[in-house]
Amino acid sequence: MDIFRSHVLLCGGTGCTSSGSEQLLEHLNLKLKEYDLDREIKPIRTGCFGLCEAGPIVIVYPEGTFYSHVTVSDIDEIVAEHLLKGRIVKRLLHQEKDVDHTVDMALDQIPFYKHQTRVALRNCGVIDPENIDEYLAFDGYKAMQKALLEMTPEQVIDTVSQSGLRGRGGGGFPTGQKWKFARASQGERKFVICNADEGDPGAFMDRSVLEGDPHCVLEAMIINGYAIGANEGYVYVRAEYPIAVKRLGMAIDQAKEYGLLGKNILGSGFDFDVHIREGAGAFVCGEETALMVSIQGERGEPHPKPPFPAVRGLFDAPTNINNVETYANIPQILLHGPTWFRSMGTEKSAGTKVFALGGKINNTGLVEVPMGTPLKTVIYDIGGGIPKGKAFKAVQTGGPSGGCIPAEHLDIPIDYDNLIAIGSMMGSGGIIVMDERTCMVDVARYYLNFLSEESCGKCVACREGIKRMLEILTDICSGKGSEEDLELLESLCHTVEEASLCALGKTAPNPVLTTLKYFKDEYLAHINEKRCPAGVCPDLTAYEIDEKLCKGCGVCAKNCPASAISGERGKAHRLDEACCVKCGNCIDNCKFNAVRVKREVRA
Amino acid sequence: MKTLEELEAIRQKTLARISLRKEDKEEAVRVVIGMATCGIAAGARPVLTAFMDEIGRRHLRNVQVTQTGCVGMCRLEPMVDVITPDGNKVTYVKVNPEKARMIVADHVVNGHPVTEYTIGAAEQQA
Repeated sequence: MDIFRSHVLLCGGTGCTSSGSEQLLEHLNLKLKEYDLDREIKPIRTGCFGLCEAGPIVIVYPEGTFYSHVTVSDIDEIVAEHLLKGRIVKRLLHQEKDVDHTVDMALDQIPFYKHQTRVALRNCGVIDPENIDEYLAFDGYKAMQKALLEMTPEQVIDTVSQSGLRGRGGGGFPTGQKWKFARASQGERKFVICNADEGDPGAFMDRSVLEGDPHCVLEAMIINGYAIGANEGYVYVRAEYPIAVKRLGMAIDQAKEYGLLGKNILGSGFDFDVHIREGAGAFVCGEETALMVSIQGERGEPHPKPPFPAVRGLFDAPTNINNVETYANIPQILLHGPTWFRSMGTEKSAGTKVFALGGKINNTGLVEVPMGTPLKTVIYDIGGGIPKGKAFKAVQTGGPSGGCIPAEHLDIPIDYDNLIAIGSMMGSGGIIVMDERTCMVDVARYYLNFLSEESCGKCVACREGIKRMLEILTDICSGKGSEEDLELLESLCHTVEEASLCALGKTAPNPVLTTLKYFKDEYLAHINEKRCPAGVCPDLTAYEIDEKLCKGCGVCAKNCPASAISGERGKAHRLDEACCVKCGNCIDNCKFNAVRVKREVRA
Repeated sequence: MKTLEELEAIRQKTLARISLRKEDKEEAVRVVIGMATCGIAAGARPVLTAFMDEIGRRHLRNVQVTQTGCVGMCRLEPMVDVITPDGNKVTYVKVNPEKARMIVADHVVNGHPVTEYTIGAAEQQA
């Protein structure tokens, strides 16, 4: 028998792997043998499905049954009931939070997927990334075939230009134009680089694409090479992404074996080769000029532009550098045409964008929506809202270079220009949701701390300025701030912004500026009233238990690491402030809202 | 090094293997086998493998083999429904591996239901 009546897809992305999907696969293989089903049912390890919060995820085809939070012992039941007898294991079906009825939950029916349009992620969670044949079957390398055999390089560039694709790494520069510059530059050698140095805390779309569909990035790089006249490409990927590195390596080997990479590809006379360079995890190496010197084996420091990479880039040769997600769109654009791509998204931002949802949100994971989708749809309809009934406070987009967006701007359609207009940016597409228990001063401090550690130190303004800003914010968080500090902070922001060479320094003030703009009252509460309204900064926080609301369930006492809460079962509990370490476990776990942040704090 | 034709052959071959996961499923003929305890006891497993084998040997695409529970006529098990893309359903009863191969050849491939194995014929005899 060479066909299988059922395919069992297990997510092999980093998220699900860390929650044990490898063991599931092993056990599934064992069980299928035991029931003598191994020749009719095929387990397949795929890339990320996107709903990482519900991992490990198992999908059974042809039904498309979507199981979430699957454990090794659940596998026994899936095999004995579903795979042998065809009875779906209802208990394991994915349930969206706040929906109390379990409907027939096939993959495309659940709200998380319903609002999405998958272009860059189209194969993630659908094909086996370690098998080139599956990629081929889903129209893989057809775009390359078309480009190499039927189109001139100029036609390829025109198609990309007409599609309106803009760089997905965050800058939003028109991709077609970039290719045109690189094509126009003269040079004996030219290079193509795929920037997979994804460093924003909370962003993981590039990792997922490389893990789930590595061939589509390779295909796009070959097309890119053909278009600009380059015969060599590099993928600069973080060493912290071992699964991505491994699958990319396998993909390169398989493509070489099929003659899709190497000399005289498909008899077209075009040669192309791809190398992998593993980065050591410096945030600044995501900046293109720093990335290129890092590939050359030098210290990762940015250089002034111009000369732009298209003129003088890697090894002083004309170079085109694009982000992973940008590349993931290319084959589809060539196959379906620029008009198709433009039919999605907004006028100035065509196509779709992948976002990594994180923070205080129910459906942590990866989503892809057309540009112009309101933030609200992403957070509430797809993301499933804020957990534990807490109130929304802000959303941070664009990683450390982005800003915090308050509730009043939730209705804006997401695209490059709208986000910049309200002080944030698209960045690589991280979306971190914050609830009422997030202190905005603390958030700004967190990002500055990250940036001060990641600054390469080349420009004084960035190296010293961020450090001083961090000191001021640390002072404010511990109750030692004054109102003059805010003015100093703002002036430092402008200095760092103006006097830094690369985007790291230029955008570093964004988290501070946006929190100052939208949440100034929180800064003032820290400075004047010496209290942290969210109850996060330990020096400015005290909790109290409302005796009227407390039911005496004891959950807070059980979760208190310092044994600061005492009381009899069924009676109101008491909190001893002297012992309290301000971790907030009591507030986060109380079902009756009886634990509160005190309005007055004894300094 | 593969030629364009070889690549296309790999595409087609793999597509047959993974068509289960493609979205245009309406086109498929569905073979639904009763695999509750009664079905399995009456020999539904060898019937299922016979269907799989025959479909595989004939390289049929767009045929799905799935299972279902007990429909309440346990005395007629193993029961098999063949549902064609036009929505017509034919129910076969007391199927064995030989009958299964016949059903694939006559009904699934050629579109002629095997009347003598259907539930109507069995009920007339009784």
